[in-house]
Amino acid sequence: MGKNLYHKVFDRHSVGRLSSGQYQLFIGLHLIHEVTSPQAFSLLKQRGLKVRFPERTFATVDHIIPTETRERQRPLRDSLAEEMLVAIEENTKANGISFFGEESGNQGVVHIIGPELGLTQPGQTIACGDSHTSTHGAFGSLAFGIGTSQVADILATQTMSMSKLKVRRINVTGKLRPGLYAKDVILAIINKLGVNGGVGYAYEYSGPVIEAFSMEERMTLCNMSIEGGARIGYVNPDETTFAYLKGRKHSPKGADWDKALAYWKSIASDPDAGYDDVVELDGSALEPFVTWGITPGQSLTVTQSIPAAETFPADEQPLIREAMEYMSLEAGQPIAGIPIDVVFIGSCTNGRLSDFQEVARLVKGRKVSPRVKALVVPGSREVQRQAEALGLKEIFVEAGFQWREPGCSMCLAMNPDKLEGRQMCASTSNRNFKGRQGSSSGRTLLMSPAMAAAAAIEGKVADSRVVFGYAKETV
Amino acid sequence: MTAAQAIIAKVQGRAVPVRGNDIDTDRIIPARFLRCVVFDGLGEHSFEDDRAGLKQKGKTHAFDDSRFRGATVLFVNKNFGCGSSREHAPQALMRWGIQAIVGESFAEIFFGNCVSLGIPCLTASEESMARLMAAAESAPDSQWTVDIESGSVAGPVKVDAALPDGPKSQFLSGRWNSLNELLLDEQGIGKVAARLPYVSGW
Repeated sequence: MGKNLYHKVFDRHSVGRLSSGQYQLFIGLHLIHEVTSPQAFSLLKQRGLKVRFPERTFATVDHIIPTETRERQRPLRDSLAEEMLVAIEENTKANGISFFGEESGNQGVVHIIGPELGLTQPGQTIACGDSHTSTHGAFGSLAFGIGTSQVADILATQTMSMSKLKVRRINVTGKLRPGLYAKDVILAIINKLGVNGGVGYAYEYSGPVIEAFSMEERMTLCNMSIEGGARIGYVNPDETTFAYLKGRKHSPKGADWDKALAYWKSIASDPDAGYDDVVELDGSALEPFVTWGITPGQSLTVTQSIPAAETFPADEQPLIREAMEYMSLEAGQPIAGIPIDVVFIGSCTNGRLSDFQEVARLVKGRKVSPRVKALVVPGSREVQRQAEALGLKEIFVEAGFQWREPGCSMCLAMNPDKLEGRQMCASTSNRNFKGRQGSSSGRTLLMSPAMAAAAAIEGKVADSRVVFGYAKETV
Repeated sequence: MTAAQAIIAKVQGRAVPVRGNDIDTDRIIPARFLRCVVFDGLGEHSFEDDRAGLKQKGKTHAFDDSRFRGATVLFVNKNFGCGSSREHAPQALMRWGIQAIVGESFAEIFFGNCVSLGIPCLTASEESMARLMAAAESAPDSQWTVDIESGSVAGPVKVDAALPDGPKSQFLSGRWNSLNELLLDEQGIGKVAARLPYVSGW
C-alpha cells in the first residue's frame, strides 16, 4: 500500500523519537506574529539560548494593527499594542529574523503573506503560534498551530515534539452550483463532522470540487480545518499549486524550480495510499451556509430555519439553548431576514484578492443598506495594492463600504475594529464564539463573502443567489 | 541555565466544575487580554466575559463562587479549549490556580499547551464527568486526588481517567516541557535539515 502526503512529509521531517515516544519534528517554515511570540523570545533570553535557524522564521504584525490609515501612526494610540509591536520589531532585529512590518511593503495577515511571498511551499512542515496555520495546508504542506512554549522550542531548536495523527480523507464530489464557494464547503464539512470531529486527525481534502478550486479557495477551505477540530488540513499539490508558486519572491528559480517540482510531486499521496477514515460530501447538493449560533458547527443553509433544541442529541441540547439565548434567536425562525448591523469582509479565511474581486463584481452599482456599517479589510498590503490597481476600492467606496488597511481586524478585534453592544455581524471570518468580535455580547454569523455582500446590501441575511440574480435554474 | 522540571504524578486539592461543551479559548481568556508581552496577571481574567454575563443574569460562574476559591482541579465536559491556539488560555487557568484538568475531551492544541506548562488533562467518560461534577458541586470542600500513574480521580467518588502514553510518561519522568530534550540531538537536527531539499537549497 502507498503512503499519503501526511506520512511522507512527517517521516521526512522526523529527527527521531523522544523519551515519551513522541517524535521530534523538524519545522521547515516558522511564522510568528506579535501576539504569541514575545514570551517565547523572553524565555530564550532567560535561558541564554540563541535562535537556531533565524533564516527559517518570518515575522509580521497583524492582530493588533489598526486598519484606519490615521490610526497607524507610530506610536500606536493603544500603548499595549505599541508595546507588542516594539517587542516584535526588537526581537526580530536582535535575532536576525525577517520582519514584514509596515516599511517592508509586505505587511499583512501571517496566513496571507506566507503564500503570497512564496514562502509556503508543498512538502514543508509549517508552524505558527496561531491556530489558522492550517491555511498553508492548501499547498500540500503539514501546517499547524502551536502555543507559545512551542514557539520557543522552534526558535531554539527548529523542532518540536509531536505525536502522529490519523488521516481522514474528505472527498467532495460533483460540482458546486453558482453562488457556492469554498466557504460553504468547509462550513458544510464542519456541520457534518462536528466541531470536534477532527480531533486526532489530519484532514486530506480531495475530489473534483477541491481539484477545481483555485489556490485561494483551497486556502479558505484548509483555513477552517481547526474549526472542525483538525489541527491540520491539506490538499495534494497539483498543477494549480505549481502555477500559483511560479515566479513568487521566495519560490525556487531556474534549475532549482525543476528540482523543487520533483520534490513537490514526490510527496503527494500515492493513488493506493491508505487512510484511517474516508468521508464523502456531495458538492453538487450544497447550498449557501450561515452559522446561527456560538460554534462554527451551529449552522444551516440560507433557506432553513433555526432548529429546535429537541432535534439534537441530549448532551448537545444545553449548548443549543445557550446559543439561542446568546443570539436572541428562536427555534423555527428563518435565518434569512435576520437584521444585520455590521458586515466584515476580510480575515485569513476570506481576505484575498479573489474574495474582493467576487464581492466587487456583485456589489458594483449597488448601495450598502443605511443600517449597516460595512468594512472591507484586505489581508495584506499586496492584496490591497492589487485590488486598488483593479479599481476595486472605488467600487467598494461608491457602494458604501469602508476600504481599510491590512490586518486581522474584526475577526478577533484585538485592534480598534470591534462590534458594539449586541450588534449582529455578517462576517467572512472563521469564528462565531461568544464575544469574538470585541463586544462581550456581540453576535457573529459566519458566511461566504458573497453572502456577506448580500447582507450588506439588504441589511439582513439574504440568499446571495437571489439578491445578485445568479441564473435561476441553478438555484 | 537548565530548567529542572518536577515529576508530576499526582495533583491534589479541591475541584471546580465548569459545565458545558465546546468552551473555546476566547471564552477562557478573551482576546483583549492578549495585548501583553508577559503572561503575568492573566489569572484574574479567566472566563471574564462568561463570569460577567452570568452575573448580569443574577447567576454565578464557578470561578466567582467563593465555595470553589482555591481549587486546583478543573472539571469540564467535551472539546474543552477549542479554537485559538493562544497559550494565554492555560496560562490564565494556571495562574488562577488550576494544576490539572479532567474532562470528556480536549481540543488538541490546548491539550499540547497544557502539557508544556505541566498541567495534565485527563479524559473520563461522560457518565464519570457527570458524577465528578455533581460531587464537586454538592460538596465543594471535598479533597480530590488526580492520580496520573494509576489513571484515576478520587474524592467523594472515584472514576477512571486517562492520559495518552506519551504525555503520561512526560509527566511521570519530569519531562513535560520538551525544550531540554529537543536541545540534545543537535547533530540529528542538522542531518534532517541537510536532507530536506528546500532547507539545504535544492
